Amino acid sequence: MLELKNISYTVDADGVEKEILHNINLTVDERFVAFTGPNGGGKSTLAKVIAGILTPTSGNILLDGEDITAMSITERAKHGISFAFQQPVRFKGITVHDLLSLAAGEPMSVTRACSYLSEVGLCAKDYINREVNASLSGGELKRIEIATVMIRGTQLSIFDEPEAGIDLWSFQNLIQVFEKMHAKEGGSILIISHQERILNIADKIVVIAGGEISRIGTHAEVMPHLLNANVACQALTEKLK
Amino acid sequence: MDKIEQTLLEAVAELHEVPEGAYNIRSNGQLAGRNTTANIDIETKTDKPGIDIRIKPGTKNESVHIPVVLSQSGIKEMVYNDFFIGADCDVTIVAGCGIHNAGDEESRHDGIHTFYVGENARVRYVERHYGQGDGNGQRVMNPNTVIYLEAGASMELETTQIKGVDSTNRITTATVGNGATLLIREKLMTHGDQIADTDFTVYLNGEDSSANVISRSVARERSKQTFVSHIHGNARCAGHTECDAILMDDASVCAVPEITANHLDASLIHEAAIGKIAGEQLIKLMTLGLTEQEAEEQIVNGFLK
Repeated sequence: MLELKNISYTVDADGVEKEILHNINLTVDERFVAFTGPNGGGKSTLAKVIAGILTPTSGNILLDGEDITAMSITERAKHGISFAFQQPVRFKGITVHDLLSLAAGEPMSVTRACSYLSEVGLCAKDYINREVNASLSGGELKRIEIATVMIRGTQLSIFDEPEAGIDLWSFQNLIQVFEKMHAKEGGSILIISHQERILNIADKIVVIAGGEISRIGTHAEVMPHLLNANVACQALTEKLK
Repeated sequence: MDKIEQTLLEAVAELHEVPEGAYNIRSNGQLAGRNTTANIDIETKTDKPGIDIRIKPGTKNESVHIPVVLSQSGIKEMVYNDFFIGADCDVTIVAGCGIHNAGDEESRHDGIHTFYVGENARVRYVERHYGQGDGNGQRVMNPNTVIYLEAGASMELETTQIKGVDSTNRITTATVGNGATLLIREKLMTHGDQIADTDFTVYLNGEDSSANVISRSVARERSKQTFVSHIHGNARCAGHTECDAILMDDASVCAVPEITANHLDASLIHEAAIGKIAGEQLIKLMTLGLTEQEAEEQIVNGFLK
């Protein structure tokens, strides 16, 4: 179980203090929790605070009752937190097989690597010896990124907008990946997404806007508000009618 | 051969014992072993130090190993090795130099390797440089490689220097004939106060000749590297040079890629990039449970693999 207590995060923007996250309190205990909300609302920042990539200005993070606020990225990873980047990192010279082995924490057999790659819709023999570099497309990188998190099988897996940068065809497959993951037992999945199909399978939806949790609840509780929330676009919506 | 020399041999030629095929092992300035085959002849030069290696036309799937080891402090040598590779050959040549310097005097190996590669022959040339020993004496290597590729010939040159060489100045010059192809891959890692200078000059003189010069290097601590590559396109040809360097600590890297086209149909490209390890690469590997040092090691190893 993940608990966030009074998490705030402030940055210094040209000498002016800017609060990105304001007093966030949240418990993640469900199998599948989705963060959604407008761009710039603080979702990714909050995910990075959980993974230890960013240090909160104040507040505490607890994992299964243990305070992990002061822990480094590495320590949190070892304590059971995984993070799939919105924009996966490229590495010259490191192959897909190397990266999967690093994720597993031990040299991985080709057969095992193959089973993970096929779960994210990649044929292992085409990819296993390829470098994780610019020769891979955004969608391919994204799948490999997701595979690294699946392999770790930690108690908390965070996915930052897995759908971003993926074409529609690939997206259909990706949804299935998450639907399958949802069906499996063990651990919590925290996913940042704008996609209705992802939100549909979430046990809990957290709407983050302006650095705060603006709404939280089940799909049935939150979705009606989300769909009617496009006030800013009212003029456009009317034109489209 | 003693333990130290064996270690050096392993490092530079991946040899655990006497290699198969033709070989010539030079140890502390002396011949320490030689074998020739029906197709590959090795002879000691009579006018200056060094050997002539002659490979008969049409020789396929054979290899020549010519490692050099220096384990006595203070040895300085200059060696001339000439390779005559007949037409239609397909051979692998493994050279390399290992220096163990436990003394206070400079140990130095300078070598001039000249390759005459016949028509339609294919050559893979692998060269490794390695230094060890805790003496104050410098370990110095200055390899000079001269390549002539005749029509349709192709050569792949892999040069690696990963550890322990205090000062190196590598000069490679190649003349590429009609339809001939040259591929150079350099891997270099320097540390401490080491200095490594590399200079590749390629003349693409033949119609449809091509060259690809790729360098990947890591400079750590206070080491200094200079990479210079000139490709001259003198005919319808294709040339590409690329230098990619990771900078660490207080090291410095200078990359000078230069391309000159003297023919309308010469197509030449150069690329150079120098930078420290990207923070996001470290973070990604740390989220997989690696420490920052382990992450750094993985990134560097992968880069030089």
